[in-house]
Amino acid sequence: MTPVLEVTDLNVSFGDVVAVRGVSYAVRQGEVLGIVGESGSGKSVTSAAVMGLLPPGATVTGSVRLHGKELIGARQRELTAFRGKTMSMVFQDPLSALTPVYRVGDQIAEAVRVHQKVTRTQAAAMAVELLDLVGIPNPAQRALAFPHEFSGGMRQRAVIAMAIANDPDVIICDEPTTALDVTIQAQVLEVLKKAQRETGAAIVMITHDLGVVAGFADRVLVMYAGRPVEVGGVDDIYYGPRMPYTVGLLSSIPRVDTDGRHPLVPIEGAPPSPAALPPGCPFAPRCPMRLDACEAAEPPLFDVGPAHQAACIRWQDVRPRVAAKHAVPVEPRDGRPRQDRQPVLKVDGLVKRYPLLRGSVFKRRVGTVHAVAGVSFEVREGETLGLVGESGCGKTTTLMEILELAEPQEGRIVVLGHDTARLGGAERMAIRRDMQVVFQDPLASLDPRMTVYDILAEPLRTHGRGDPGGRVAELLDLVGLDPSHAARYPQDFSGGQRQRIGIARALALEPRFLALDEPVSALDVSIQAGVINLLDALKAELGLSYLFVAHDLAVVRYIADRVAVMYLGRIAEIGQVDAVYEAPAHPYTQALLSAIPLPDPVRERSRRRILLEGDLPSPADPPSGCRFRTRCPKFRAELTDDERAVCVAVEPSVRLLDKDQGAACHYAEKLEVT
Amino acid sequence: MTALLVGRRAPSRLRVVAWRFFQSTQGRIGFAVLVLLFLLAFAGPALSPWSYTDKDFTAFLSPPSAEHWFGTLQTGADVYAVTLRGMRKSLIVGLLAALVSTALAAVVGAFAGYFSGWTDRTLTWGADLLLVLPAFLILAVMSPLFGAGQWVLFVIMLALFLWMVTSKIVRGMTISLKQREFIQAARFMGVSPVRIIFRHIIPNLSSLLIVDATLNVSAAILTETSLSYFGFGIQPPDVSFGTLIADGSRTALYAPWTFWFVAGLLVVTVLAVNLIGDALRDAFDPASRRPR
Repeated sequence: MTPVLEVTDLNVSFGDVVAVRGVSYAVRQGEVLGIVGESGSGKSVTSAAVMGLLPPGATVTGSVRLHGKELIGARQRELTAFRGKTMSMVFQDPLSALTPVYRVGDQIAEAVRVHQKVTRTQAAAMAVELLDLVGIPNPAQRALAFPHEFSGGMRQRAVIAMAIANDPDVIICDEPTTALDVTIQAQVLEVLKKAQRETGAAIVMITHDLGVVAGFADRVLVMYAGRPVEVGGVDDIYYGPRMPYTVGLLSSIPRVDTDGRHPLVPIEGAPPSPAALPPGCPFAPRCPMRLDACEAAEPPLFDVGPAHQAACIRWQDVRPRVAAKHAVPVEPRDGRPRQDRQPVLKVDGLVKRYPLLRGSVFKRRVGTVHAVAGVSFEVREGETLGLVGESGCGKTTTLMEILELAEPQEGRIVVLGHDTARLGGAERMAIRRDMQVVFQDPLASLDPRMTVYDILAEPLRTHGRGDPGGRVAELLDLVGLDPSHAARYPQDFSGGQRQRIGIARALALEPRFLALDEPVSALDVSIQAGVINLLDALKAELGLSYLFVAHDLAVVRYIADRVAVMYLGRIAEIGQVDAVYEAPAHPYTQALLSAIPLPDPVRERSRRRILLEGDLPSPADPPSGCRFRTRCPKFRAELTDDERAVCVAVEPSVRLLDKDQGAACHYAEKLEVT
Repeated sequence: MTALLVGRRAPSRLRVVAWRFFQSTQGRIGFAVLVLLFLLAFAGPALSPWSYTDKDFTAFLSPPSAEHWFGTLQTGADVYAVTLRGMRKSLIVGLLAALVSTALAAVVGAFAGYFSGWTDRTLTWGADLLLVLPAFLILAVMSPLFGAGQWVLFVIMLALFLWMVTSKIVRGMTISLKQREFIQAARFMGVSPVRIIFRHIIPNLSSLLIVDATLNVSAAILTETSLSYFGFGIQPPDVSFGTLIADGSRTALYAPWTFWFVAGLLVVTVLAVNLIGDALRDAFDPASRRPR
């Protein structure tokens, strides 16, 4: 079978900077090719070059053939004739991929009418059909909506509908699910699979998520520093990688299915800048198997197996890494059982509501957003509680309420034995010293105008700790940075290093309790592993307690001792990590866990997914009774009408099922999902 | 490794900014020129036998010569002496008025933006009130107060009418800056609001403030010039750049020395201030190109 799209020796440069160097691949009809790489590896530029969408400043050489027709150097008219027809694209950000001022249906109809001779009414009818195909409820009605009236998942469905409107032969998806929550990601991936079945198109899937590729792709191309470093069938790549970078990537991802405590192996260093590539193999400076010969010349792609190539001169010696035992013990360091340890944080029935105001001169209250609606949990000495949930579930609001140290609207917050409702100024200062925070985006949470020295000295000066010089050097040393870099500004560091500075600042005052707000979600996988390991080591070394807020359940499984899953302002399930992950009892936790893609092709293909329907309801108008019932698979399929009546009428509270596992469901039942 | 840092002096922001400032050619040149101008204004008159009040009745409107380095005016006054005297006033008035007005704008704007509520309303109301008052008229009416030795009052009055627009910009930028995570981080660390304003908010607005201050130097000198031109502001026998340019422009065509020396020094002053401003802005801004 001849390939539909064939890319040979593609090079892209912007001025002197070479972004893509010698990319070659071919996709056949019905085949899915996954292109994997970290940020800056040139994967998005490759796809833009294939579509002919690069800015005029870019120089492209090589060959891109679609059905044997050369596209590089083709005239604009020829390009527009096939763009959107034979080859279409799904972008990362569905909001900017749709024009905000046109109705969604009209935009899809426009995509149809550009390439097909149909009347306006026919095109509109086709748009509704397409929306139905991608699973949008009430398609005829929703076609009249504007993009801002759609949720993120629905927008991405509309973009997919547009991409398949003209029955294309190739669909290029550039990080199609990165901006979406896991349960929505699972829905969208399902839609993409369906779209591929319907059209028989070849799909080029560009992503940084090795889990997404595992279940979706037939072949995988791994890119590093603008170059393919390993190409092969999905099973070959995952089970028999021949390039140390691929091995490194695979062993640095935290996985939701292994019982947490295998060590993550970070790749040392950071990806090279395309403007200053090292001589020889670009991965050599970070490679654990480096030889002198590696720096002599850049290795070509060697044939290492049937349809499997790797760019490493030592490919015969490369072995997939075997998981070793975790260095840090699971049990609390001092060996005391949980109930004997003091709680450092106790949240009891916390409620936070925001008024919804309308009008510019006279503000009227038109509603209330119930961001947090009665949340209770506690964190004891030396333990890590992971607070997880999708965006809009109230986890960040909960964290901010705790950090404010003010009296909550309802409920009680007790930090280090002090009730926040009855705090004096001096006590509040003392708590601020013992409780510190690490934010999500290290660049945003470090003052760009301050040197690293001043940033680290600030907490010391605020709490009157004399000359900070020595302590600053100690702190930098503690988080694995060079103390002589103290005079630099945050922007001179890479993402992972910046987050280390953020952690160093939080540790400056030797706190007892650390609140971490998505501390690794802005980092690339190979760097993320290093920061997670650091947090884990610091916790053991300094006897800290963590409240770890995250949306990534795999990271939480790796670092947390206990986990609380939030849904729409309430806790759905809470308990000991392994218990919750191995046998979740709440239908939402079950769906959430089953939605996370595993970087393991065989298991990923064979596992059963619990797909949730629809989107998160608005927190301004939550459903009566159980907040999850509108999307609950159990409510929909398993319960009798009498049982359902209870779900509608009574809001469940967290009920203890086991020694340390509770779920807020009237019909909670343990179920293995991963 | 620890000893490395302890032995050296701590690399705090002030030291880093100063180092980067003097690393740039612009900054060094600007600073050197401004120092020279100050030296000239304060030590220069001692070099010449003439003082700014002396009149040479043997030389009216004579061109530069060995006797009178910059020539003389119609009244017989030595141009060198009066120019330096005028420069002394204008430098002090211009630089101080600019600094005071920018500082006022930064503080008022940042407090209004950070605290919102009543603080914001009161401060915004004050700024609006000053915006609608006719500044020139008030300065003119108050001009009898700016007699001999009252230049401090004059500086304050000039500054008072220069800060409002900048403070509104600062307020808006503070409101958006307040949402940033590093401000939250400082709050959760227990840093007091006033400290946050001076340590985080104002330094992050420094590009705007420095540009504003350099523009204000010329604005202040020019306001003083136009006030003095109309006979307000600096009162005779004292002189300033303004009064000198006003007088000199009348004779500039046939006796260029009465005008060009003053005008030239004004241009050099403003240029030096701008060079310093640019270099300072780059030194404060970590994202700017590294000085080599």
